[in-house]
Amino acid sequence: MVPLSYYLVLSGILFACGVTGFLIKRNIITIFMSIELMLNGVNLSFVAFAAHWHAIGGELRGIVPLSGQVFVFFVMVVAAAEAAVGLAIIIAVYRTRETLNVDQVNLLKL
Amino acid sequence: MLNIHLILFLAFGAVAVAGAINLLAQTHPINSALSLIAVMAALAGEYLLLGAEFVAAVQVIVYAGAIMVLFVFTIMLLNAGVEERTKGSRVAVLFGIPGMLLGSLLVAWVLLRHSGTEAVAAGALPGSPATIGPLLFHEFLLPFEITSVLILIAIMGAVVLASKPPSSPVPPRKGD
Repeated sequence: MVPLSYYLVLSGILFACGVTGFLIKRNIITIFMSIELMLNGVNLSFVAFAAHWHAIGGELRGIVPLSGQVFVFFVMVVAAAEAAVGLAIIIAVYRTRETLNVDQVNLLKL
Repeated sequence: MLNIHLILFLAFGAVAVAGAINLLAQTHPINSALSLIAVMAALAGEYLLLGAEFVAAVQVIVYAGAIMVLFVFTIMLLNAGVEERTKGSRVAVLFGIPGMLLGSLLVAWVLLRHSGTEAVAAGALPGSPATIGPLLFHEFLLPFEITSVLILIAIMGAVVLASKPPSSPVPPRKGD
């Protein structure tokens, strides 16, 4: 038995690392990977809460049982779509700017 | 008593945190991408510990497989080199690392202080595809179908964005 809070602390640490990477990294691809790290941290807390909810019999209270895992599935699907579009945007930015450093990408127009 | 669940949780958690910190410490994007793959694999282990087998499999296949291959492919396509340090990034380090430490300490303190005796048993969730599938196709049928449209739009958007612009300047021919 592992306390639920351990899972939440691990999830919070991963999310905080993602936020830090988002702040300190200058490479646009690494910044994008930090966003994926944040999504992973949130997914872990979804699954941990789903397990906890299932253990305490939460499905008796009108919530669809096990929906936490389905939400994780949807987060992954949205992350996949986001990665496809985001990396295409990165390729388009690199084609016009010839750089991946976000400090040099400071205009919205091409 | 030897608590195997706790030991496995700590082992996977240590791998995940080490990978996340390594993602921050590396300067080359390809090293960051590989450490992110390690984080995702360790998280798949955590899901498996909780009993969410379907989620663990999708985590490995979709996240560590498809999405990270896309990342590595883009890094290699763009020939991304070592990150340049700029003045702005030093300011960000100054605020980012204390912010991260403060935030994680605060979250850990609140969670450990205010959590009761709730504990999660190993394999607590019935998370096999046989239990997730009916959920996806009954209760969550509309969101599931909408995500397929979302994926379709994302594919078309990616193709449009990443393709060469049609009005690219054509170099003048010698005869003109």
